[in-house]
Amino acid sequence: MKVLVPSPLLSYTKEREVVATGATLAELLADLDRQYPGLRFRVIDEQDQMRAHMRFFVNGEQVFDMTRLLRPTDAVQIVQALSGG
Amino acid sequence: MARTTKKSATRTQRPTARAKKAPRLRSGRRVLVLVATRKGAWLYHGDATRRTWRADGPHFLGHIINHLVLDPRDGRTLLAAAKTGHLGPTVFRSTDLGRTWKEATKPPAFAKAPDGGKGRAVDHTFWLTPCHANEPNAWYAGTSPQGLFRSDDGGVTWEPFSYINDDPQYRSWMGSVQDGTPDGPKLHSIIVDPRDPAHLYMAMSGGGVHESVDRGRTFAPIVNGMEVVEGFDAANIAVHDPHCVRLCPSNPDRLYQQNHCGIYRLDRPSNEWTRIGKNMPKRVGDIGFPMVVHPRNADTVWVFPMDGQTVWPRTSPEGRPSAYVTRNGGKSWQRLDSGLPKSQAWWTVKRQAMTADAQDPVGLYFGTTSGELWMSRDEGSRWACIARNLPEIYAVEAAEV
Repeated sequence: MKVLVPSPLLSYTKEREVVATGATLAELLADLDRQYPGLRFRVIDEQDQMRAHMRFFVNGEQVFDMTRLLRPTDAVQIVQALSGG
Repeated sequence: MARTTKKSATRTQRPTARAKKAPRLRSGRRVLVLVATRKGAWLYHGDATRRTWRADGPHFLGHIINHLVLDPRDGRTLLAAAKTGHLGPTVFRSTDLGRTWKEATKPPAFAKAPDGGKGRAVDHTFWLTPCHANEPNAWYAGTSPQGLFRSDDGGVTWEPFSYINDDPQYRSWMGSVQDGTPDGPKLHSIIVDPRDPAHLYMAMSGGGVHESVDRGRTFAPIVNGMEVVEGFDAANIAVHDPHCVRLCPSNPDRLYQQNHCGIYRLDRPSNEWTRIGKNMPKRVGDIGFPMVVHPRNADTVWVFPMDGQTVWPRTSPEGRPSAYVTRNGGKSWQRLDSGLPKSQAWWTVKRQAMTADAQDPVGLYFGTTSGELWMSRDEGSRWACIARNLPEIYAVEAAEV
């Protein structure tokens, strides 16, 4: 499925839209990390929790559960929250 | 893996204050000043007399860099502890003095908690210490929340080190996020005895100073003589707040400490810290963050006091910044403010942001919360500004290349 990544992750993916697979959001992140080593830990911590300022959307709907099921036709967006500093 | 190969901009800057002719460095080596800031890192390459400095940076613009350290064992490997306001923490590594960088494949991270348990997550790596000369490629890292980590491959992969990260006693001494400094409780001042790689010290803000004589298999607190905030019990390790601990390279049995509650000296094998800050001028006090030891004289150390009264402004006292030096182990102190602003300068210096080189005379370097980089070629007698308008400076290290 298509995954839109935010600009802070471009150093890993080199492009805003990438393709990855997974039956759940957790599996999708694992596949992204296989393709782009190191990416997952920047957005998911060692307790498998989403980092405080990262947001995940599936088909435009915000998702908080890493076990959320995904279909190959879903569009996933990783978004950097609008929190500055 | 993230990688940056962008060549950083360079420019040469001459200190703003005119100084007398400086001697060339005896060793023939040049000083490299490593500056870590809230918005990136810079490398300042000195000339043979430490009079002009070539700025190389920014590296990692926009990243919060808590520490940037050169491996003295090979003279070319740099590690940078990095995160951004949004992205999680990581470590970047360069083996060509910052020309190119590669990310650690396994940055410091706590162990995953068992199902149903609540584990901790590293917010940022705060402190980096190259290990003993006899252990090439080994490094220690201290994190926030407090954790101790070790790498045995030059910083590429990191593992939790020792038992303390998950030990109930140590966890109680570490306290919660609310017990730490404003941007998180920190494990810092990881020190390896130059005579014995199994002999370690480390400190926690808050949580006391600790020693291991068996390479981290066990640790024990060393807090006798250290004072705590009024109303608390000094027997409670959790309320001790060492800000910075340094071991004297010329006498590894002597340590100095800048604490939330004063300046201290410890002469081993004693376990009793002596508050030498009582001899500081009363108007200035003995509160601060950095502590700098002389490379060859264990009686000489420098501090940079800050205002720790009332609400803890964390500025220079009365807006008049100054370093102080003792040359007799803390019996007396002299003010060193020649060249520094005389009034209305409300910055201060963080715990990792002041350091010394190993030249003769010793060069001193500090970075300010207002983004200025200052140095002295004569052990603090006269200060000159190397750079202004940088982001808030978190750490300054002096290396020789």
